[in-house]
Amino acid sequence: MAGIEFLKADFQRQLDIGTWKMILQFARPYRNTMLLLGLFMIFVAGVDIVMPLLTKYAIDNFIVPVKSEGLFRFSILYFSIAIFQALNVGIFILLAGKVETGVSYAIRRDGFKKLQELSFSFYDKTPVGWLMARMTSDISKLSEIIAWGLVDLVWGSTLMAGIALVMLIMSWKLTLIILSIVPLLAWISRKFQVIILRSYRVVKKTNSRITASFNEGILSAVTTKTLVHEDNNFHEFEKLTNRMYSASFGAAVQSALYLPLVQLAAMIGTAMAVWFGRKGVISGDISYGLLVMFLSYTGFFFIPIQEVARVFAELQNAQASAERIVSLIRTEPELFDSPESVQPAGRLRGRIRFEDVSFGYVGGQAVLKHFNLTIDAGSTIALVGETGGGKTSIISLLCRFYEPNRGTIFIDDLDYTKIPLEFLHSNLGVILQTPHLFSGTILENIRYGKLTATVEEITEAAKSVYCHEFIAQLPDQYNTEITEGGTNISAGEKQLISLARAVLADPALLIMDEATSSVDTEAELLIQRAMEILVEGRTSIIIAHRLSTIRKADRIIVIEGGQIAEDGMHDDLIAKRGKYYQLYFHQFQDQAAIMTLQKRK
Amino acid sequence: MNGNRLLYSGAILSIGFATLFTYASPLVLRSTIDSIIGDKPLTAPQILINLFTYLGGVTVLRQKLWYAGLLLVVIALFRGCFNYLTGRWSAAASESIALKLRNDLYARLQKVPVPFYFRFKTGDLVQRCTSDVETIRKFFGVQVVDVGKSLLMLLLVIPILFSLDVKMAFLSLAIIPAIITFAIIFFLKIKSKFTIADESEGSMSAMLQENLTGIRVVRAFAREDYEIAKFEEKNRLYRENVFNLIRILGIYWGLSDALIYFQTGLVLVAGIFRVIQGEITLGTLVAFMTYEEFLLWPIRAAGRTLTDLGKAFVSIGRISAILDAPLETDSGWSGGDSRIIGNIVFDKVTFAYKPGETVLKNISFTIKAGETVVIIGPTGSGKSTLVNLLPRLWEIAEGSILIDGREIRLYNRYYLREQIGIVLQEPFLYSKTLQDNILLGTTNIQNENKLIEASQIAAIHDEILTFEKGYNTLVGERGVTLSGGQKQRIAIARTILRNPPILIFDDSLSALDTKTETHIKNALSNRKGNATTIVITHRLNIAIDADHIIVLENGTITQQGTHAVLSESPGLYKRLWELQTAGVNINNPVSTQTGPEGSWPG
Repeated sequence: MAGIEFLKADFQRQLDIGTWKMILQFARPYRNTMLLLGLFMIFVAGVDIVMPLLTKYAIDNFIVPVKSEGLFRFSILYFSIAIFQALNVGIFILLAGKVETGVSYAIRRDGFKKLQELSFSFYDKTPVGWLMARMTSDISKLSEIIAWGLVDLVWGSTLMAGIALVMLIMSWKLTLIILSIVPLLAWISRKFQVIILRSYRVVKKTNSRITASFNEGILSAVTTKTLVHEDNNFHEFEKLTNRMYSASFGAAVQSALYLPLVQLAAMIGTAMAVWFGRKGVISGDISYGLLVMFLSYTGFFFIPIQEVARVFAELQNAQASAERIVSLIRTEPELFDSPESVQPAGRLRGRIRFEDVSFGYVGGQAVLKHFNLTIDAGSTIALVGETGGGKTSIISLLCRFYEPNRGTIFIDDLDYTKIPLEFLHSNLGVILQTPHLFSGTILENIRYGKLTATVEEITEAAKSVYCHEFIAQLPDQYNTEITEGGTNISAGEKQLISLARAVLADPALLIMDEATSSVDTEAELLIQRAMEILVEGRTSIIIAHRLSTIRKADRIIVIEGGQIAEDGMHDDLIAKRGKYYQLYFHQFQDQAAIMTLQKRK
Repeated sequence: MNGNRLLYSGAILSIGFATLFTYASPLVLRSTIDSIIGDKPLTAPQILINLFTYLGGVTVLRQKLWYAGLLLVVIALFRGCFNYLTGRWSAAASESIALKLRNDLYARLQKVPVPFYFRFKTGDLVQRCTSDVETIRKFFGVQVVDVGKSLLMLLLVIPILFSLDVKMAFLSLAIIPAIITFAIIFFLKIKSKFTIADESEGSMSAMLQENLTGIRVVRAFAREDYEIAKFEEKNRLYRENVFNLIRILGIYWGLSDALIYFQTGLVLVAGIFRVIQGEITLGTLVAFMTYEEFLLWPIRAAGRTLTDLGKAFVSIGRISAILDAPLETDSGWSGGDSRIIGNIVFDKVTFAYKPGETVLKNISFTIKAGETVVIIGPTGSGKSTLVNLLPRLWEIAEGSILIDGREIRLYNRYYLREQIGIVLQEPFLYSKTLQDNILLGTTNIQNENKLIEASQIAAIHDEILTFEKGYNTLVGERGVTLSGGQKQRIAIARTILRNPPILIFDDSLSALDTKTETHIKNALSNRKGNATTIVITHRLNIAIDADHIIVLENGTITQQGTHAVLSESPGLYKRLWELQTAGVNINNPVSTQTGPEGSWPG
């Protein structure tokens, strides 16, 4: 499903109520806070309505009759209301902040939990950058709009309704005259807010492409220099910045056009109020104060219209974010524990059986066809063969990162879909081609294998796989920070640390996927020695390109086209002179040829 | 920049006019209320009074009040026009400043010498080119005009206020200094809170990113709960810090609102009192109330404006660090259309990235045109450094490097780089199609056969065809991720296609399986003599056929010679050779029968 999401249009014409309902579920714990927030926004709007009334009262009661009696009481009232309003403002910001941070916290928490459950087939289809954008900016945008959109909506509608009401009570004629301009104003606002937001979307998109270009320009700098491609890169970049210029200039012009139009409409309203109001004043129907009040109300009326129009445009704009988040949270993991799964007592012994297993990636060809394989507990087997033969699929299935399309995999003679996933994984140790270490100290990274491990246990583990030596030589030893792209630790050393991590986890099943292919010869030797220690006492499956690594395996299995082509011990397979023999001597053909030459000499 | 100056003058001028018209409407309202609807004598400049009388005085105007209404609308129209022009011109100016900055930054970053990139982190550079440019753009687009507008307002409004009524004018300005001081102090204080919130967001994103990229490790160790707890903590901290920030902002806006209401109340109450005393008219009071609004709202934002101003200056400094960086020189002999021959001499070359930390010491060797040379040595021995000196990615301090008898620093840098094809240890693929990536760097348009030929030599052609879009596959496109080995082979194809007289492979075969490696090696040796070839490798089977082998240890050459010699003499080479061939039992039947070589197409 995630694949389709990429193609979704970013700006929806219609608001989808269902999606917003789902998002609002996250605001449910804050229902009371939100009600309170709405209440305070009504207060704020109320004071905003009352203020011009106060002015009217003052003019009609003090200025027109020319008396200062009660002016002191009036000022007390005025300043009390001012303080009340200041409190309202402080409190509503506080409440909205609580809702905003609370909702984004809740969505993030659930999103992260979901991400920890989702299957690898999901990760295969979904780039990390896409997920990052959902989990950071999309969530921020949504929680912002829930909290502050509510603020603006309640405030705007209350204010509009309140002002209209007061005006109607005071003089329904004048009110209707002024309100006649409102539909025009609402229409302008609505149109413009949508147009402006759309333009800014283009600006934002172009901007992120510019960011990506800068990033690429810097990362590729040395390659670019070696290819003498600087000028071409620049010309491509220039196209992008020119596009950025016209997009943002266009958006700015639209914004610049909008405000004057609103002001003009508002002023037309004011002028009409003056025109129609004067008759009343002259004839005595309308007081001075009332006219002044009306004039300030008309100016006032137009701000909430703008705000409400903006909120709706932003809701429309955020619709795509909302849908993406909802779809992420609704995604069901493809692999889950079946209700009948029972956790076996103790740890797994590690007897493995593939029975008539067929498997292919979604949208791809079948990788394994009717595959059968039995591995005894405690044995070390090696999978060899060309890339694409199915070696990696075998171990991905075994780890239950994926499940077979057909057939069954048994571990300790149990159908492994009946073993709780977490229990299976806690019995598993996986060493990847490029070790993934987390930022943090070496100590913390090794401890990842067993969270309760003491420093002694960690040192012990490090010693057993020959990485204590180099760690001890580092200035901060076990407290050395592993940094992203850090140069203090080589690829080989990182691999050794990941081996120590696996030793500490003490898994029943150990899987090593080309653990030595990205390191130099000397580190390789060290890792090989460590691997020999590591395989003891557990079922181990090793994939290796460099065949010298696996000569000591109990069984070597040659995988070709998703089938077992050969199966046996090193010496037997060499004697057989089949596929393995070819692979093996192919690797050494040059050395062997030279040696032969030398021997002849 | 001259065009921008003009635009800015226009923008500030038109905001001046807009402001003028903004102030005009309360005056018109006041006169209308006082002198037309009411019966106060008109107080206005003589010219307006003349106009007033010309139009027929109070009696006529009272009948034709639509004059006043029309005037209000016309004023709004002018004000709108000038506001629009302000917006348009200031956007034109600030956007073209941003455009120029972005272009200059990119061009500069393409042409600064390599050491520059090592002084900065990529993320930091990108941030300077994006967020800092944005800060500057906003400053020029919004703040310059805003600050100009606020100043203009003060300049215009204060005289008007004083001309209307001196005492009221003092009262209207009474609390404003306090509001400004409060705003500045507040925004200075809250800066650290912003930083804390930003940092906790950064730390949360970083953890998320690590978790997602390392999801396989998380699953393999069944550490989901641990990760969830860890994220929970970061998420909670972020919520707390943002909420703290908002809470303080709430206090600020509440307090500043209180101050503003206090100021407005002061004008209202005192004004009423003075109207009752008969010292001012109602119209004057209304005008004061309106002007007060105009004054207060920009002042309320003054604290933020000033902090933004500070930020803009910091950003300008950060951008200058890039824009002021010296460029690579492009002078020197550029050879015209001629190809270099490919004789290379290193003569007592010593090199250090940082003073005192010598990486290469006294390196001397000679390579004849067309030879294949293999460089081996442990990680960190200086192999990559050595080959990076040839295309002048780094400049040597001591000794000399000659190509065809000419010192490389006498060559035009770009000509030299065009003559040298180097496949880097970690080659970069651009986010273009595979075809564009392979063609990149070839000056003349190649025909398709040559593209395919190069891809075949690099053993990547067949794999490219298995992709759904073949050669049109976009690198980095969703779902398509290339393995390290695939990237290396595309870079090899790209370099071979350029057909340079000097070819360098910087450990470019490390991620390939043995079969592919041998295939490439054989394909290349078919082209032997075409180019001077330098290969850095860990795998000695590549060294066997080399014309010359250089063993590098700790930045010095410890051994030189052919395989036959080096594999027999004590030293690193022999040790490595024995290590790598340990698996081959030489009594095995290989020597006595046809052997497996025949069965591989090689």
